[in-house]
Amino acid sequence: MSTAKKPAEPLRRREVVSALLERRGKLLVVAGLGSPTWDCAAAGDHPLTFSLWGAMGGSCAVGLGLALAQPSRRVLVVTGDGEMLMGMGSLATIGARRPGNLAIVVIDNERYGETGMQASHTGQGVDLAAVASACGFAEARVVRKGAEIAGVRAAIHAKRGPLFYQVKVKVESPALVMPPRDGAWLKHRFRNALLGEGAMA
Amino acid sequence: MPRKKPAATYDWPLEIHRTLRANAVRQVSYVPDAGHKRLIELCHRDRRMTVVALTTEEEGIAVAAGAWLGGERSALLMQSSGVGNCVNMLTLATHCAFPLVMLVTMRGEWGEFNPWQVPMGQATQDTLERSGVRTFRLERPEETGATVDAAARLTWNTNAMTAVLIAQRMIGTKTFETVEERR
Repeated sequence: MSTAKKPAEPLRRREVVSALLERRGKLLVVAGLGSPTWDCAAAGDHPLTFSLWGAMGGSCAVGLGLALAQPSRRVLVVTGDGEMLMGMGSLATIGARRPGNLAIVVIDNERYGETGMQASHTGQGVDLAAVASACGFAEARVVRKGAEIAGVRAAIHAKRGPLFYQVKVKVESPALVMPPRDGAWLKHRFRNALLGEGAMA
Repeated sequence: MPRKKPAATYDWPLEIHRTLRANAVRQVSYVPDAGHKRLIELCHRDRRMTVVALTTEEEGIAVAAGAWLGGERSALLMQSSGVGNCVNMLTLATHCAFPLVMLVTMRGEWGEFNPWQVPMGQATQDTLERSGVRTFRLERPEETGATVDAAARLTWNTNAMTAVLIAQRMIGTKTFETVEERR
């Protein structure tokens, strides 16, 4: 059971991501570009979080390659609705492979938050969870209530995937909390933490 | 490895598969191309390889990055048209110095019958090089093993991005023309 305060509605992105990453253990995390990267940094920078500052549309495919390479570890992709929309085909790619250790959480504010809060497709009838479900994900649903977050966190660590949770959150722009921005350094840090110092050889 | 076989019977896809195996490649992702048909089948039959069918080639750049984060080597198969789909995603490999091997079957360069394949085929090598990818032209089947091995070594020894461009002349030109139409 989560010891964190149950997030209140309307859900706030920082509270949701902090609750999902609480006591993360051996969880491997890929953060999609934009606000989800800041959210993961705000929850606490971690050597086993690989933060994307670019490569829009690629977060779920990075998670797939990682999940296939590390079948005994749980992999979580935290991304946003805009980044997910650009990589929607990767849901089909993941659905066809069905990695049991991969979970995707889309922090969905129905906006392109980094570029002026323009409306995204998810506020105009596009149901990403339904897309993931149709692609064969073991579980795919929209999350709106704070009471559901502890269950999502537990599923990320234990439930057979692939899993997809589209968490509807309030439109807001919390203070920027940036992880290190040097991707090569983040890559080495991640590999050292996961594979040991020999990974550099 | 056999060196003296005539080009027409040289099993170059088998040679690519063997070379990927020898370089400890554990993941192979692809968007299909007729030129890669046999190699894709060989990879699917190889129980030591995890094969990922992509919806678009750029996903393969990201899959390869994820595989490397997890300690595995991944190779990406596509035809030349797919190179155009990869351009922004190559940022991931460039900026983070992720090793990346692409095996690209060429269209639009040797007796191409489909005019829609020509623009990207003509731009493939320039596009890759301007994106920081080292390219190796593979024109002769008997040079397959050495060329793919050279690309693989450069990739994983130096965290480089490489592409082996497999000439359309070597693959054989796809044609839907009938004998009547050719007259």
